[in-house]
Amino acid sequence: MPLNKHRKLSPVLSLAALILLLVLLIILEQHQSSNRMAVAVLQKGAILAVAAVAMNLPNGFTGIFSLGMAGFMSIGAYITAILTIPTDTIESVYYISGVAGWVMNLKRALDVLPQPLLVLVALLIGGLIAALFAFLIGIPVLRFKSDYLAIATLGFSEIIRALVASPQLDRVTNGSYGLKNIPGFATASGSGVLLIPFAIAAVCIFIMILVINSSYGRAFKAIREDDIAAEAMGINLLKHKELSFVISSFFTAISGGMLAMYMRSIDSKTFQVALTYDILLIVVIGGMGSVTGSIISAFLITAAKEWWLRFFDQTLYIGNWQVPLLRTGFRMVVFSILLMVVVLFYRRGLMGDREFSWEDILGLPQRWRHRRVAIAAAKAEAAAPKDGGQNDA
Amino acid sequence: MPDTPVLELEHVTVQFGGVVAVDSLNLTIQSGEIVALIGPNGAGKTTAFNAITGVYKPTNGCIRFKGDILEENYPQGKMRKLYRGHDNGHYHERLERTPDEICRLGIARTFQNIRLFKQLTVFENVLIAYHSHIQASIFASTFRLNHREERQMRDGAMALLDLVGLADLAQEKADNLPYGKQRHLEIARALATKPELLLLDEPAAGMNPQETDELTNFIYDMKDQFKLTIFMIEHHMNLVMDISDRIYVVDFGKRIADGRPEEIQSNPAVISAYLGVQA
Repeated sequence: MPLNKHRKLSPVLSLAALILLLVLLIILEQHQSSNRMAVAVLQKGAILAVAAVAMNLPNGFTGIFSLGMAGFMSIGAYITAILTIPTDTIESVYYISGVAGWVMNLKRALDVLPQPLLVLVALLIGGLIAALFAFLIGIPVLRFKSDYLAIATLGFSEIIRALVASPQLDRVTNGSYGLKNIPGFATASGSGVLLIPFAIAAVCIFIMILVINSSYGRAFKAIREDDIAAEAMGINLLKHKELSFVISSFFTAISGGMLAMYMRSIDSKTFQVALTYDILLIVVIGGMGSVTGSIISAFLITAAKEWWLRFFDQTLYIGNWQVPLLRTGFRMVVFSILLMVVVLFYRRGLMGDREFSWEDILGLPQRWRHRRVAIAAAKAEAAAPKDGGQNDA
Repeated sequence: MPDTPVLELEHVTVQFGGVVAVDSLNLTIQSGEIVALIGPNGAGKTTAFNAITGVYKPTNGCIRFKGDILEENYPQGKMRKLYRGHDNGHYHERLERTPDEICRLGIARTFQNIRLFKQLTVFENVLIAYHSHIQASIFASTFRLNHREERQMRDGAMALLDLVGLADLAQEKADNLPYGKQRHLEIARALATKPELLLLDEPAAGMNPQETDELTNFIYDMKDQFKLTIFMIEHHMNLVMDISDRIYVVDFGKRIADGRPEEIQSNPAVISAYLGVQA
């Protein structure tokens, strides 16, 4: 049986793909100076993949239309940034109003940790605090449905942004000046630029996949499919929506923290609603309810937006003739048109709610053959009665 | 009384604004019975079901399950002025439960318009119902620390599908099942929550006579296998007269008759309610 063969083959292929990816990342990391764009796109892709999968958990799997991603990302980003900016240079970041005493004390206490551990602890604290926020606002907000929930979470995200930029918090978040000097992913020796974000992203996504495949994940899907039936089957709607929302916020905040490390400097404007829409775009293009779809589309969209379409932004001369339309900003026009084309041909996103599997890919030639045979048979059948009729006459 | 009844409705009134959907309904269901609730369209049958399963809160009255109070309410606030139900019994307590709590207590239901988890497989549909009694926390479940429980759930779901004759369709999407099988699956899913009382809301709606016969046998089988008490709303009179031990008839939210099938068939009040003849 060919399908069986594929099933046995698929773990081998997955392992091979993983090793290939690892080797590729290591090679890229060693030649990062000549591949700056590829490295940046891969970093951002990994970060957005975490955010997209985290957004998919309530939106695609639980049927909660939440648009609060930017708010949770900024919580994670600010906490990670404040905790990881080197203590000896932090005064220069907060040069206007100075650092609050308790922040300094906290930072001094955490300074005993070695740098890599500090980053992990900072990401975790950011995630936990975002999860706490999600839990609290979830209690009233998750009683809403669809659009109303979207508006409420959107409002929350704007409140967070306004809070972060407010002068009252100047000594904690540096108000509208933003934070800089955030250490990047690279360790002192310059390695880890790619491996560290990929490792963190892989762990986050792996845990979310485990959640989705657990009994609770099945309950989430039941709520998505039919909340009335789910409730009648003994699933506590509020509890499970809370769980999904809190887990999603935790990982969203971690991706926010990683975004801060990627960008090296953040301010409240980084986390506008547009960021939520960027992630929503990735989720919708990848397919609501498909983890692999979100991951694939996170990388594809980041690469297309930031890299592959770059040449549309540069004026180009062929001989003396300037190619029309090519100027700064035209890239986004092409990008938008591409998105529309994708949505037209893949109504439910690239992956729908299916997951990537080697069996599907390897089974393709066989299915095509089957379809060809079926079409040929249908044609022959359509032609047959005509002949029969002529013979009779 | 030898046994406490499985389900007892006392003066249950459900009022929406000025509309009294269920008016002071009393009924009692003993363990092991099959009881049917019939009545013309809009008589308040499904509303009564929704009050029992906690989807609607009764405006007045008390619902008992196995002798314990499941829900109790009295008209309060604005409803005190608006209340138009027959005021019987004086209730001063208020007890509300959500549908999921009531399900976990042992009352499962099916829906008039089938509500399966359409995009999920038949197997997952049943498996999800086992989630209602899960012991493990989400943490344990995520990291598979409850693999024994998980395996029990999976084995239980597969055994149940075997029992209802859907095992060979286990990996099929629920939406792709033929209509009759979807009805069976919905009952199987309700059974997976380990109920004592099963509420069936028009299980034979849209079925042809042959499918209805199959369903009758199926309901009998399940009742014996799971020691169920069954309370059903149904319009197919053949099925109702065949299967039920007792019948309650409601019209305009009020109970107009109750008794054994042959008594109901000859009851003038029932005939007038159905045919509109002056009694």
